[in-house]
Amino acid sequence: MLILKNVEVYYGKIHAVKHVSLHVRKGEIVALIGANGAGKTTLLSTISGLIRSSSGNILYEGSEISGRNPDAIVKLGISHVPEGRHIFKTLSVEDNLLLGSYHRYSFRKSGPVKKDMEKMYAMFPILAKRKKQLAGTLSGGEQQMLAIGRALMAEPRLLILDEPGTGLAPTIAKEIFSHIVRLRDDHGLTVLLVEQNARSALKIADSGYVIETGRIILQGSAEELLLNRDVQRAYLGRDLDTESPL
Amino acid sequence: MYWEPDKECMSRVDMEQLQLERLQATLSRVYMNVPFYRKKFDELGIDPDNFRSLEDIQKLPFTLKNDLRDSYPYGLFAVPLRDVVRIHASSGTTGMSTVVGYTRNDIKTWSNLVARVLTAAGVTKDDVVQIAFGYSLFTGGFGLHYGAERIGASVIPISSGNTARQIKIMQDFRTTALVCTPSYAMHIADTIQEMGINTNSLSLKYGLFGAEPWSEEMRQEIQRKLKIIATDNYGLSEVMGPGVAGECLERNGLHINEDHFYAEIVNPETLVPVAPGETGELVITTLTKEAFPVIRFRTRDLTRFIPEPCPCGRKTMRMSRVMGRTDDMLIIKGVNVFPSQIEAVLFDIEGTEPHYQIVIDRKGPMDDVTVQVEVSESIFFDEMKKQNELMKQIKSRLASELGIGVEVKLVEKKTLQRSEGKARRVIDLRKL
Repeated sequence: MLILKNVEVYYGKIHAVKHVSLHVRKGEIVALIGANGAGKTTLLSTISGLIRSSSGNILYEGSEISGRNPDAIVKLGISHVPEGRHIFKTLSVEDNLLLGSYHRYSFRKSGPVKKDMEKMYAMFPILAKRKKQLAGTLSGGEQQMLAIGRALMAEPRLLILDEPGTGLAPTIAKEIFSHIVRLRDDHGLTVLLVEQNARSALKIADSGYVIETGRIILQGSAEELLLNRDVQRAYLGRDLDTESPL
Repeated sequence: MYWEPDKECMSRVDMEQLQLERLQATLSRVYMNVPFYRKKFDELGIDPDNFRSLEDIQKLPFTLKNDLRDSYPYGLFAVPLRDVVRIHASSGTTGMSTVVGYTRNDIKTWSNLVARVLTAAGVTKDDVVQIAFGYSLFTGGFGLHYGAERIGASVIPISSGNTARQIKIMQDFRTTALVCTPSYAMHIADTIQEMGINTNSLSLKYGLFGAEPWSEEMRQEIQRKLKIIATDNYGLSEVMGPGVAGECLERNGLHINEDHFYAEIVNPETLVPVAPGETGELVITTLTKEAFPVIRFRTRDLTRFIPEPCPCGRKTMRMSRVMGRTDDMLIIKGVNVFPSQIEAVLFDIEGTEPHYQIVIDRKGPMDDVTVQVEVSESIFFDEMKKQNELMKQIKSRLASELGIGVEVKLVEKKTLQRSEGKARRVIDLRKL
């Protein structure tokens, strides 16, 4: 569904993403894991058009999207949920969701959008309860649900999630992750996920990539990556050296 | 039947994307973790970050068996030893074997790939698989064993040797699939005949044979004698072991597990890739190995790609059966033997002359090796006892060095044929 080939991104002189190639198959959750500053967020922003790559190809459903504007990319069916959620805090929950559908909203034909809003409320009942509340007054977990809901209002086929679990209590993060699984299983959505918490990301993912200083150094099924000792040491917080052998 | 249909039947475009991703990741890892590769890349001015397409692999240097030996034992490992859960080794010259390691993931991948090969050859979880490969440092036994367990077959880890017992177990345990070298399969077939056992009373259905070159005629004969479907499979310990490639039931070439191994076929002289379908030396780069990745390893095996699609539905590239070697390595009873190993032993023993000849023949289906050695006159005309002692000494030294038993024949000085130029050390009378 999404194929990256030798994508390079520079911030001025800093080579932030180095010849990254990766692919996301339809209906899969693909996790991108790596340390702070490895280039994960840069890569996601490059896919959604917020940052321009200097070279390489980004193919979405067979057509080149690198160099296109973010709004065009959203129209093609890629929604990006940014790190830190970036909801519109001074607007109501309802308006936030509505804004997610800006590219297809028309005053005269608001029917389909309204229907989708109902779907969002069904998926995240808490948002229905908070409909009229200002988004800034929501809890962290609720804000994350709102951010995801807003992204879904654009009717994406590929959802890009940047750190959906960050800053949330573990049980809330868990809830968010179970929502992500449901998006794949019940709604057939494809998900590209970046997450600091490598374990929870790999647990729900089908496959994954490990990125280090801008380079992909490992590619494999999520199961394989969870078993990889380097991944365990660096990202899963296991201190293998002090553990007794079996 | 496919073991992993999504991988085995993957479209060319998807396969090449996956190969590129894995190759780029592998290069980054070996450059980071293996000083040997970093040094080599730096010397040649190769920046792994400049690797853009699969064709770029042609800029990378080859890795030779000697490089592996020079790094004995752990020099080429890409992970610390504490992450290694298994160590195998293959025979090598002058006691220096090449050592390879596997992480837990590598073992899983290996089992899975062997499971693919077994499945392609007809084996299912309902089969009783008798593994008559050696269980040792040699990768054959354990490799097939884990793969067969992975698919849920009932595995008999009988290991090699003791043919009468092999046959008894085959009868009593109702073995349905036999795994061994093709020559041993022939030997088993002949022994069954000698013992007067009707092959129809056996439950055998499939035979998976590998670890040594064999011919189509030999396949036909094994199939006829044992009344089985015999398939070829290929692997080498430096790359992983069995599971690199295997035949499907079409029995017309071996499907390479391309999502884990990038295969090239090059002209052994010019080292330039040959045209598709032409014969050359197989070169393999591992794409997923963690503990022991190899970059462009020259296998020394001669084969060719079969680019035509296979009716079985697998989209992976096929290679023909191995047609020979590009070096002087001999494969005797499935064991790799270099003439130089034999030479080194002989040089070491007092009383022998530096003239010898290795004669290999098939006695029945089994390889039979005789090393003819010239000995100094004093010994030759000395008492029998001394001669016998010398012979015993050479025999046991060779056996421990090579890992296989060989016959030794002492001959008088200057009786072996002298050739001008390159000495003819090896006389291979086998019809392979």
